[in-house]
Amino acid sequence: MIDNTSISAQRQLESETPQIISRQKRAFRDVWKQHWMLYVMLIPAVILLVLFQLYPLWGISIAFVKYNPFRGLAGSEFVGLQNFIDVFTRPQTFEIIRNTLYIAIGKIIVGQFTAVIFALLVHEVRFRPYQRLVQTLTTLPHFLSWIIVGAVLITVLSGAGPINSFVKALGLPEIGFLRDKAIFPWTLILSDVWKGFGFGAIIYLAALTQINPELYEAAAVDGAGRWARLRHITLPGIAGIIVLMACLSLGNVLNAGFEQVLVLYNPVVYATGDIIDTYVYRVGLVGSNYEIATVVGLFRGVVGFILIVLSYWLADRYANYRIF
Amino acid sequence: MVEDRTLANRIVDIVIWVVLGLLALSCILPFFHVVAVSLSGRAAVSAKLVGLLPVNMNFDNYAYILGNNQFLGSFGISVARVVVGVVVTLLLVVITAYPLSLDRIHMPGRLAFKIFMLVMLLFSGGLIPTFLAYRSLGLLNNFLVLILPPALNVFYTIIMINFFRGIPYELAEAAWLDGASHIDVLFRVYLPISLPAMATIALFTAVSHWNSWFDGIVYISNIDQWPLQSFLYSLVSTRRIEWQSASGSLDFQNATPEGLSAALIVVAAVPILMIYPFLQRYFVTGLTLGSVKQ
Repeated sequence: MIDNTSISAQRQLESETPQIISRQKRAFRDVWKQHWMLYVMLIPAVILLVLFQLYPLWGISIAFVKYNPFRGLAGSEFVGLQNFIDVFTRPQTFEIIRNTLYIAIGKIIVGQFTAVIFALLVHEVRFRPYQRLVQTLTTLPHFLSWIIVGAVLITVLSGAGPINSFVKALGLPEIGFLRDKAIFPWTLILSDVWKGFGFGAIIYLAALTQINPELYEAAAVDGAGRWARLRHITLPGIAGIIVLMACLSLGNVLNAGFEQVLVLYNPVVYATGDIIDTYVYRVGLVGSNYEIATVVGLFRGVVGFILIVLSYWLADRYANYRIF
Repeated sequence: MVEDRTLANRIVDIVIWVVLGLLALSCILPFFHVVAVSLSGRAAVSAKLVGLLPVNMNFDNYAYILGNNQFLGSFGISVARVVVGVVVTLLLVVITAYPLSLDRIHMPGRLAFKIFMLVMLLFSGGLIPTFLAYRSLGLLNNFLVLILPPALNVFYTIIMINFFRGIPYELAEAAWLDGASHIDVLFRVYLPISLPAMATIALFTAVSHWNSWFDGIVYISNIDQWPLQSFLYSLVSTRRIEWQSASGSLDFQNATPEGLSAALIVVAAVPILMIYPFLQRYFVTGLTLGSVKQ
């Protein structure tokens, strides 16, 4: 009985399918007649995406050939996965991946932590002009390029710079911020945090201003002290944003800060300071070793894409954040 | 706000003020040092005697830079890049966001386009394939390479889509009944009420164009076509200052390599400082979607 009805229902569906399609076609024709302009408006975006994002993907095939610069891609010999084997049997590859992860994760953890603490401190200040002054000054470095900030850092942190002059005046040995292999990754992490904490705190401060002041007043009437208010009102008020930023930061795990490293590093600190992006640039464009650089770049592109999609999925799931 | 006036609380307040003050100072003192170097005399700079205030103040470094053709050329290219870049980006973002924001109109293919756009903008084939593609498109040593590839920014487009979605649909409907086309609705109805979103996008685009330098050094080999920040990078990275003619010449006795670099840094930072007060007003809007850097 049940089988019969389902079969007959299926038959009915099959006989109706052509009709549905033609109805859809007609609907599309109506949409087109009324709203063709909407499609025309997307043409420039399609052209740009195809030329600058889709078309370059064809060049990924360099990863599978022994590239011949004189004959181009079509005249190069196909070598299968040989380039991938070459890349992933080199110890250097794991060194740059390790450096990238170390620096990027260090920046995420120290950076978010600093931004939250800073926002909480600013929130505790009740005198508005001072709040605004501190925010204005701390946000500024974010908007200056890494060239400018890097040039300033090189001046300030070099052996003859003001910080080392001070250190040497105290009778201590010079600190090799830019030359010591053990210190250099932390120069990168801390200078990035320094450049970005003021801007990073804005999103937390925006959330803090949303907290209802009456909550604080009611808590104070009930005898809650400073710490109690921080724990039971302020922190729960920004917990959602902290979770969101933690989810989104996953997308930056391979993003160790290409421009910053390129400005600040030098051959002496390659062992701990060379990251995937600088390696691709140096080996590929400066050294013209296209195959190796393409393989490493492809690895970074694929893993980076997966991480970003994952971070959006987590943000949607745990923080109700949707991009579209 | 209820205030506790206990001693312990006062002390906590003072500590917070001091910590914040020190953080704020740490963000500007390094820049004061660079400004001081750019304004100091030759002897003081060479002997590393300059701290936070200029020693033997003079403007020789600036006078030399402002008479240098390579600096003036790269400055002009940076200005052109910002102006053209902002106009192109705004136009493209607006015209792309409009069809994507009209959820009430059934538009087959809209979702497919959104997914295509997002995937294309989040996945990159890497530096080498991109470089070779731009080369075969004839974009090397071409001003357009600085403008077109970054023109369609996914985050700005999303900001714009969300802003357009907040506009009452009835406004557009009324205009259509009066015979207006989509172009009319976009430019006469939507844009006049979208000025805050457009200002945010314009400001952030201007900053990113002014600050970009990597595309300059990679895609442009002719130094005379470099924007200012690429030119600055060549000075910083090689630590080789091509100002020999300046050092010791009679006209600019106080110009030094360090001082000239410092002066260039200051000049490159000044435009950002000038629009900074406007930027501050749009921080929060620009930030909510820009948290992933790529």
